[in-house]
Amino acid sequence: MNMLTDIPISLIVLCSGLGLILIGMWGMLTQRNIIRMIIGFSLMDTGIHMVMVSIGYVTGGTAPIINDAVPIADAVNRVVDPVPSALVLTAIVIGLGVTAVMLAFAVRIFKARNTLNIDECTESKW
Amino acid sequence: MIKRIFIFAMLALMAMIFFNLVANYTENTTLSKLGHYYADKGPQELGAPNLVTAVVVTYRGLDTLGEVTVLFISAAGVGLLLRRTRRNQDDDKGLEQGDRAEETAGVHKPASEIVETATELLLPMVVLFGVYVFMNGHLSPGGGFQGGAIIASGTMFLLLALPESHISRLMIAITESMSGFSYVVVGVLGVFLAGGFLDNRIMDLGTYGSLFSAGAIPLIYLFVGLKVGFELSAVLDRFRKEDTGPV
Repeated sequence: MNMLTDIPISLIVLCSGLGLILIGMWGMLTQRNIIRMIIGFSLMDTGIHMVMVSIGYVTGGTAPIINDAVPIADAVNRVVDPVPSALVLTAIVIGLGVTAVMLAFAVRIFKARNTLNIDECTESKW
Repeated sequence: MIKRIFIFAMLALMAMIFFNLVANYTENTTLSKLGHYYADKGPQELGAPNLVTAVVVTYRGLDTLGEVTVLFISAAGVGLLLRRTRRNQDDDKGLEQGDRAEETAGVHKPASEIVETATELLLPMVVLFGVYVFMNGHLSPGGGFQGGAIIASGTMFLLLALPESHISRLMIAITESMSGFSYVVVGVLGVFLAGGFLDNRIMDLGTYGSLFSAGAIPLIYLFVGLKVGFELSAVLDRFRKEDTGPV
């Protein structure tokens, strides 16, 4: 039990994030269904966000919002790094935009060929 | 088979890179220099208790403007890809009979009265909560993007519960472009009245911790929230099967 509690929390988040990146990449490379490839991309995206958040963690830190729990004078020693959090916010929104465009392409491909299998789209294959 | 081996080898190499990363990982015990500056000076300089908001809206305001632009371009791209021209509609008429039959069979049963009433009751609350989240972005967890996403979830709710409902494209387009335009205007005002582009100190910083404080941050988040909310609503509307209304 002690072994478990000795592992820093950010390391757990980091490992889960890296694992999600690998799973997402595997999904994108092996799946032939376009929707599944998009799901793989989303998983990888989420993994990257988790890695970024874990890198900004400071031991014992709390959310970078100053309130009764985090007095303004002591904020420097109490909060986690706000910069990676802000970057993750940006990354989430951009990931959403990319996913929306990919899904729109998937709809178009389905309308044009009546299939979502990537192997049927042979024009750009060599 | 060779493809599979390549994929496996690539993933194994990635895993090795990641393993090195994890093996040498030590948790930070102090903030980075930049984070230290933001945590130390941010509240006094900008008057925003939420440091993430201070970074997103002011210190890294240009990034956020770029982010809003990316979202706009992706919404425009979805609109372009899923638009219905007259020719497309004629093509649809030429689809095989099976498809047509499926489509006519899929005509919606109207939603029950319970669903309709619940939607009418809950939808304004969802939108109000979205507005609350982006108006309090400088005080509590939340902000323009989160509030906008909540408003878009309200649209999703409407489209799921009452699929026949009509969403005015014109209203969406006007609100979206006006809020995007106002966002840039507020940014440019910062150049003339304060320290630089997107500086929030063009208005009085106000009482620290009250709703109308932190200079222009609530104003900027109002515009961002409206823009994101309506943009995502437009994207959701585009993904509907039956395209109502003018293109």
